Amino acid sequence: MRGNPYSILRGGWKALGTQAIVWDEYLTGPFGLIAQYSLLKEHEVEKMFTLKSGKLPSADVKNIIFFVRPRLELMDIIAENVFSEDKMHSSRDFHILFVPRRSMLCEQRLKEQGVLASFVNIDEYILDLIPYDGDLLSMEYESAFRECYLENDQTSLYHTAKGLMTLQALYGTIPQIYGKGDCARHVANMMLRMKREFAGSQNQILPVFDTLLLLDRNIDLLTPLATQLTYEGLIDEIYGITNGYVKLPPEKFAQKKQGEASKDLPTESKKLQLNSAEELYAEIRDKNFNAVGAALSKKAKIISAAFEERHNAKTVGEIKQFVSQLPHMQAARSSLANHTSIAELIKDITTSEAFFENLTVEQEFMTGVDTDKVNTYIEDCIAQKDPLIKILRLMCMQSVCNNGLKQKVFEYYKREILQTYGYEHILTLNNLEKASLLKLQTSSRNNYPTIRKTLKLWMEDANEQNPNDISYVYSGYAPLSVRLTQVLARPGWRSIEEVLKLLPGPHFEERQQLPAGLHKKRQQGENRTTLVFFLGGVSYAEIAALRFLSQMEDSGMEYIIATTKLLNGTTWIKSLMDRPESQIS
Amino acid sequence: MMKSKADEEDYWNSSKFKAFTFDDEDDEFSRLKESKRAVNSIRYLVEEDDDEEEVEKVSWSGEPVGSISWSVSETAASNQKADREPAFPKVSADSGPMSRSHSGYSLSSLFKGKTKGGNFQSLADSPSDPSVRLYAPELRKPKSEYKDYVSDWSPEETVQRMQQGKVVSLEKFRSLQDKLLLLDYAVNAHDGNVITAVLIYLKRTLSKEVLFRELESRQTALRHLIHYLTETRDQRLLLELLRSLLPPGHTWCCVSFYLMGFILLFLLRALGRMEDVALLQYKEHLSIADENRRRDFLKNCLSLPFSPEDSAHVQDHYTLLERQVIIETTDRQAERGGKVEVFQKFPRKASILNMPMITTLYYCCFYHYTESEGTFSCPLNIRQTFKISEKQYFVTALAARAKLKAWSDVDALFTSRNWLGFTRKKSPLSFQRVVDILQKNSAPTQVLQNYVALVDDAELRISLAQKHKCHDIVINTYRDLKDRQQLLGYQVKLKRGSAEERKIDELLNNPQIRWKN
Repeated sequence: MRGNPYSILRGGWKALGTQAIVWDEYLTGPFGLIAQYSLLKEHEVEKMFTLKSGKLPSADVKNIIFFVRPRLELMDIIAENVFSEDKMHSSRDFHILFVPRRSMLCEQRLKEQGVLASFVNIDEYILDLIPYDGDLLSMEYESAFRECYLENDQTSLYHTAKGLMTLQALYGTIPQIYGKGDCARHVANMMLRMKREFAGSQNQILPVFDTLLLLDRNIDLLTPLATQLTYEGLIDEIYGITNGYVKLPPEKFAQKKQGEASKDLPTESKKLQLNSAEELYAEIRDKNFNAVGAALSKKAKIISAAFEERHNAKTVGEIKQFVSQLPHMQAARSSLANHTSIAELIKDITTSEAFFENLTVEQEFMTGVDTDKVNTYIEDCIAQKDPLIKILRLMCMQSVCNNGLKQKVFEYYKREILQTYGYEHILTLNNLEKASLLKLQTSSRNNYPTIRKTLKLWMEDANEQNPNDISYVYSGYAPLSVRLTQVLARPGWRSIEEVLKLLPGPHFEERQQLPAGLHKKRQQGENRTTLVFFLGGVSYAEIAALRFLSQMEDSGMEYIIATTKLLNGTTWIKSLMDRPESQIS
Repeated sequence: MMKSKADEEDYWNSSKFKAFTFDDEDDEFSRLKESKRAVNSIRYLVEEDDDEEEVEKVSWSGEPVGSISWSVSETAASNQKADREPAFPKVSADSGPMSRSHSGYSLSSLFKGKTKGGNFQSLADSPSDPSVRLYAPELRKPKSEYKDYVSDWSPEETVQRMQQGKVVSLEKFRSLQDKLLLLDYAVNAHDGNVITAVLIYLKRTLSKEVLFRELESRQTALRHLIHYLTETRDQRLLLELLRSLLPPGHTWCCVSFYLMGFILLFLLRALGRMEDVALLQYKEHLSIADENRRRDFLKNCLSLPFSPEDSAHVQDHYTLLERQVIIETTDRQAERGGKVEVFQKFPRKASILNMPMITTLYYCCFYHYTESEGTFSCPLNIRQTFKISEKQYFVTALAARAKLKAWSDVDALFTSRNWLGFTRKKSPLSFQRVVDILQKNSAPTQVLQNYVALVDDAELRISLAQKHKCHDIVINTYRDLKDRQQLLGYQVKLKRGSAEERKIDELLNNPQIRWKN
C-alpha cells in the first residue's frame, strides 16, 4: 500500500539495501511507542541520527531516509544536509517520509532550495492515532486546540476524521455517532462524507464499537484548568509525562547498597516508563492520590510475604519453584520501590502550603465562592512573581466559573500581569480571550451554577478511598466532559437538553448503516463499548474518570479514549500563549 | 485586604466543603514509610546475586532499552562499524505494542477474533512474520484504485485522487469554470495540502486580477494562498493582493514582509477585527533588537486601532521603554564614573532595558529611591505615571529597601500620622507577608520582631515569633494570654541562663498575674 511505511518495511524496504534513518527528534517519542529499534534493524537500518543542520554523520549505507514532520524549518535543515552530502558521496539515495502527511509547501521549499530532485522517494507515513495504552489513543497533535479555536484552521479535524475512518476500516463501522460542539459536528460531517465517497466497498467487519462520542474541548474549558488529584494526574502536573515517560529528580532513586557508604548522588534525572503493562501502576494510576499510600503498603505486604516463602521451601522442587519466581518478584519489588519513591516526591509537594492554598482557591471557584471579585490569592501570586502560567490558569478558571470576569476585575488582573510580567503578554491575554478561556462578563446571568447543579459537578462527600462517583478524581469536582459521557449512556441526553443548550456548539446524533448480518446480537449482560474522542485534548484525570465508569459493575459500558493530545492545564495554556518566534501556520 | 488567618480558619470550620488534605497523622502516608521499609528490607534479602541489569532484562514494564530514542543517540554516538551488534535485549517478535498491555480493558482483548472478512489484521493479531506486522491501523484499498488507467477524471474525482496521493494532471482543466470547480472541491475536502496544490496551478494559469477577484468570495482558499505566498516569500504578489483587498488610500507604516502576510491573514480570519490587526503589528516589536529602533516602532504603534484598554497598555509600554533607555544611559555612565556609591557597592547585574514594569520599579527603588519626583527614575513618579497599585508598590519598595538593609526606609514605609500627629504602623499587606518578605531579604531578628509584634492574631503571632526566634514576643503573648503552661513549656526550649529564661522566671514568680492554668 502506498504511503504506508509498512509497505516500505514489507516490500520496497528490503530491496533498498542498507539504510540510515535521520529522525526529526520530535518523532522519536511517538515512534518509540510503536516500533523498537530491533525491528528496524531487521530491515537493514544500520544507523539512526537526529536531524541537525550541517553535515550528515558518516555511515556506510546506500540509503538515507528522513523521517520528518512537514515543517518548513526542517526542510531547510534537510537541504543543508543534502548539499553537504553530495560533495563527499555521490552514490547514496535520499528518501523523505513525511509524518503524518505530505505537504506541497514543504516540497515547494525543497524545490526552491534546489534539492527536490535529489530525492528518489517522497512519501508519507500516515500515523494518525498512536496507541498509548490498551484503552488510549492519541494523535499527539499539540497545536490542535490552538489551530481550531485561535487560528480557525481545521486541518487537525481533517486528520481526526481520517484517523477515525482508518479505525473503522479495522474495527468496523461505528453504528451510532453522538457529538457536542462545532468541531465535533465538523468531524462527523467529514466522516459521513468520506464514507459516501467510499461507497460500494462495504465494510465486512463486525463492529467493535457501539457508539462514537465526539466532544469538543471548548464545551468543557474548566476541567483541564483544575489540578488533577489522581496519582497519574499529579505525576503529569508536577513532572510532565511525555510519550509515556516521566523524568524524575534522581535523589530518591539512589541505590544504596548495604555496607557501602552513600556514594555521590546521581545527577542525571531518572526516566521511567509509565503504562498499564506494569501491574502495580495499572492498579494505582487512576486512584486519588490520598488512596495511593494504602495501596502501596498493601502491595508491600504481599511482596514481603512472597519473599518469606523461601523459608517454607524445603524440598528441591519447592526451592526450584521459588527460584523460578524470583525474576517476577524482583521486578515487582523494583516497581514497588519506584512508586514508593514517586509517591514520596509527590507527597512533599501536595503537603506544602503553596499547594494547599492553590487548591483551596480552585475549589472556591468551582463551588462558586466569590468568583466576581478580585481574588487576593491571585493578587499575591502576581506580587510574588509566581510562574505566569499558574496565574493564567487560576484567572481562566475564575472567568469560566463566573461566565466571564467583571470589567473592573478583568482590567485589574490585566494591568497587574502586564506590569509584572511584561507588556508583550497582552498578546497571550488576547489569545486566551479568543479561546473564551478569558472573557468579559457581558450579561449579568451566570450559567455556571445552573450547569454545576444540574450535572452534579460538585459532590460534597467525594470518597477518595473507595470512590462511588467520578468526582473523586478532583476530590469533589466531577469533570463536566465525563459527566456528559456518563449521562449519555444513562439516562440519555434528552434528560439534559436545557444544559446542553447552555454549552457552546450543537449537539447531534447520527447513525451509520451497517450491512445486514453485522448487527451485533448482544448476550445478556454483555457490555457495550463507546469510543470517546476528545477534540482539543484530554487530561489524565478525565481518563481516570472514564476508566472508573468502565469498571463500575452496573454501568454496562466500556470506554475507549481517543484524543488529539494528552494535556494538563499547564501544557494547555502554554500551547495558547503567544510565541514570538513562531509563525502562523 | 488579606484574609486573616482567623478568618480563614473560621471559613474552613464552617465551610461546607472539605479541602484536599494530607494530614501527617494520616494513616495512608505513614504507610508510605511502611512500604518503603518493606522495599528496603527485601532489597537486602535478594541482593547477593542480583545486579540491576538482571532485573532490567526481565522487567515486564517495557524498559526504555532498545527504544528508538535510545538507539538514535546510541548509534549516532558509536562510530564503529555497522556490523557491530549492539547489545539489545531480544524483543520477542510477536510482542506488538498493544500486547504489552495487560489492563483489564485493553483494545487487544476487545478486538480478538471479531474479524469477519479475514482480510484485515487487527492490532492485536501479530503474525509471526515480523515484516508484515502491523503497528497502526491501515486503510484498505478503495475501489477506485483499480481504475487507475482511466484518465478522464472529473474535478471531484481529481481532488479525491490527490487526497489519496496519486499522480494527477491538472493541465486538462482549462476553462475558468473547471478550475474554480476544482478549487471548490479541494476546499470542501478540508485538505490543506490539496488546496495548496490547486492554488499553485491556478496561480500559474490565471491572471492575477481574475484570481484575486475569484478568491474574494472564497475565504478559505484565500487564506491558504496568503499562507503559501508568505511561506514562499513571494513579496510582489502579496503586495498586489494586499492592494486589491484593502480599501484605497489605506497606508501602513513600516510593514515588514512577514507582517504583511499576518495582516492579510488576520484581516480575513477576524472578519475585520481591527484590534487583532493592530496587535499583530505591535507583536512585531519583539523581533527588533535595537532598543532605540524598538522604541520608535512602539511609538508608531500608538496610532494603530487598538481597543481602548489595550491602547493604554501599549502607551505604557512605549513610555516604559523610553524611560528605560534614558535610565540605562545615565546609570551606565554613573557606574563607569565610579563616583556613585550605590553602584560601587552593588554593581548592576544586568541592563534594565526591556525589563517588565515592576522589575524597573524595583530597580529604581534600589538605585534611585531618594530622587526628587521630577526625574524619570524616581519611584514615586513611576508609581504615578503607570498607576501602580498600592500593594504592588509597597511590596516592591519593601523588598528593594530590605535588600539594601535600609531599615529606616522600611520603617518609614509603614508610618502614617493620624490627625493628632501620632504615628502608627499601617500596611496594605498583612504583617505576616511583610515578615515573610523581610525574612527572605535576611533581615535580623531585631528588625523582624518589630513587625511580628504587629500581627493581630495571637496564635499566628506566636508561631511566627517562634519561627523567627523573637522570644520576647512569644513570652509577652503568653503572658497576655495568662497561659502559664505554655510559658513553662517554652522556657525549656530556651538557652540556660539567658535573659529570656530569666524573664520567664520573673513572670512566673509574679504574684500579681492571675494565671488561667
